[in-house]
Amino acid sequence: MENQNILSADKVIHDLLPQKFGLRGKLWTATLIIICLIGAYAYFLQLKNGLVVTNMGDYASWGIYISNFVFFVAISLVGSLITAIFRLSDVKWRTPLTRISEMIAVSAITFASLIIIVDMGRPERLVNLFTHGRLQSPIMWDVIVIGTYFCISLFLLYITLLPDLRIMIKAKEMIGKPFARLYRWLGSYWKGTEAQEKIRNRSITILCIIIIPVAFCIHTVTSWLFATTYRPGWDSTNFGAYFVSGAFLVGAGGVVVAMYVFRHVYKLEEYITEMHFEKMGRILVMLALLYLYFNVNEYLVPAFKMKKPEEVHLTELFTGEFAPLFWFAIFIGMIIPIIIMLFKKGRKPLPMFIAAVMVVIGAWFKRYLIVTPTLLHPFLPKHDAPERYSHYFPSWQEWAIAMGSLAGALLIITLLARIFPVISIYKTLTDENENAQK
Amino acid sequence: MEKKDTSRRDFLITGLVASVAVGCSDKNPFATDAEQQVTMSGEKVKLLSADGEIIEIDKAFLKPVPEMPHVSNSEERRGIVGKKFVMVIDLSRCKNLKKCQQACNHAHFVPDAQNWIKIHPMQDADHSAPYWQPTTCMHCDEPPCVKVCPVDATFKRQDGIVLIDSDRCVGCRFCMAACPYSTRVFNWEKPELPVEVEKKHYSCETSIPQKKGTVGKCDFCPDMVRKGELPHCVSACPNGVFFFGDMYEDSVTNGTETFRFSDLIRDKAGYRLMEDLGTKPSVYYLPPVNRNFKFEDGLKIEEEAKSKS
Repeated sequence: MENQNILSADKVIHDLLPQKFGLRGKLWTATLIIICLIGAYAYFLQLKNGLVVTNMGDYASWGIYISNFVFFVAISLVGSLITAIFRLSDVKWRTPLTRISEMIAVSAITFASLIIIVDMGRPERLVNLFTHGRLQSPIMWDVIVIGTYFCISLFLLYITLLPDLRIMIKAKEMIGKPFARLYRWLGSYWKGTEAQEKIRNRSITILCIIIIPVAFCIHTVTSWLFATTYRPGWDSTNFGAYFVSGAFLVGAGGVVVAMYVFRHVYKLEEYITEMHFEKMGRILVMLALLYLYFNVNEYLVPAFKMKKPEEVHLTELFTGEFAPLFWFAIFIGMIIPIIIMLFKKGRKPLPMFIAAVMVVIGAWFKRYLIVTPTLLHPFLPKHDAPERYSHYFPSWQEWAIAMGSLAGALLIITLLARIFPVISIYKTLTDENENAQK
Repeated sequence: MEKKDTSRRDFLITGLVASVAVGCSDKNPFATDAEQQVTMSGEKVKLLSADGEIIEIDKAFLKPVPEMPHVSNSEERRGIVGKKFVMVIDLSRCKNLKKCQQACNHAHFVPDAQNWIKIHPMQDADHSAPYWQPTTCMHCDEPPCVKVCPVDATFKRQDGIVLIDSDRCVGCRFCMAACPYSTRVFNWEKPELPVEVEKKHYSCETSIPQKKGTVGKCDFCPDMVRKGELPHCVSACPNGVFFFGDMYEDSVTNGTETFRFSDLIRDKAGYRLMEDLGTKPSVYYLPPVNRNFKFEDGLKIEEEAKSKS
């Protein structure tokens, strides 16, 4: 690290070991659990009565479950950005960010797989995907790449955790008993010998290399769920790149939010420094500009031609029913954060936090705008179907389930942060040693 | 999932065993109470046996034979060999009477919120004349729905018909997003069906009973076609809008008139919907020229239907 005094090893271990929740932490966890339970109850109702509890209809046959799924897949991409891309390009300041981004990736991809099951009319037939699966369906591609990405993310989190597990097993008395058995079960075989280190380093390098194409695949394939259809707004050759760029943006935004929160709650100011916000700010601006560029492509080019089916769709987005949400997503999700972070003062922790929250919220609504309006603008007239099918606004059950899944993802991150160090102790110590030797 | 319906074949075999047993002993352990309670009416009926003999039995033994699912799932998936079904819809004859829709809904027990046949009011350009367009499933030769189905629950048969297997559908609704004709509907809740329909053996060809959490659509009535009859919409339309037939035989009929398919399409400038998408529908339309009815007639029917509901 460039600007810091050298920290002593004891201090680093003491600062970074998982800490017990204070009152705030307990309240936060309890709130998340309550939201999850409400979501679980709503899902119980859905299982009992069928998807009729949602406000989806034969036109808007996909709703916020699917947009939430796309959001989760998007945010999970950050694991590959921070860990793999930074590692392979040897970005020195990545150390305090990698663990956080891996935790986000694992929890997001877990909930992506869960929420897609929630959307199924017959979840108990999930096994049909394996007994009757057909490779030509983009859904099968998604099942395969998401499964792969989940495994790689989990391995990355686990393998980078091994030396820390050893430190935590040693520091038993400092963190107390509750998780000692878990640590031993997970990592008691890890002795940190030279041979083990060698295998570990090679494994991480291999995982980092394969996670990049797989990460591109998960979001490209997810975009193909839409782009392989004929519908206006989806029928685009631009969709893969558009989705991947948006995913990197929301993922990086998510990491900045988490950085800020952990920095404050765990008092990590000496580890996650202003320099990290400054650098992440630059990356975020670049990613937001990139996503904005793809948005211009995605909306301006069809709007220039205004083909008949596109015309209805685009006017509804620009000036019609969806206009408030559309411009909200464009401005809050991209333009305002870009303006904030272009300035040096805007890349300080607090403004960065605000900008990143805007990015994440904007991104959530952006996914909604990608999924639903298109379905409400079919080629043939919306006729001989119930009037309620011509509009879509999620029912309370849908909101409860969607919010429950978001809370669930946050809960996993919270619990992971309670059990494991949010910053790699081992890597921090190694970095400190390197700095000391210089 | 629900295989409550123990196969009828098993039932028949049990019955056969039972009847053999009748010959062996006076007291038949297999026969059900109902069978034993037959009281002779004394009235005899003459029947032709399978061997060609004329036999006489008591009228009390006459029972309707239950309709059997004589087609297995794999046969349903294969389709009727040597056929290629095609439909022609003559737009000049349609006045939005909705008889096709009613017959279809009735025959398939389509839930209230759904219509497998939709009759769209169409207007191609600002100053062109509006017309009514009945829309069934297009049974495309390049079906986008079949391409995207992850579990082969919707499939294309040899005879050109696209069907849904509701026993396999996982309810992901990708096919609904993929279909540009918005022909597919979803059973968001458990369909309200008469008990006897609900108990019926599910068949992809009859499409009944519909099941919660699965997709439904127009099936070209292959069960009727197997019996040598026309789909319900075709026979229900008093104006003869729908023609149905076999492309290989090159003939289509609406029940009263029969045309050579290729002549009809050539002479009346038949076309298919959204040809540019490359889906290759099996449903052809004849343009709304020299119309039998005014467009406004259909609007009146529409309003009447609305005020009723």
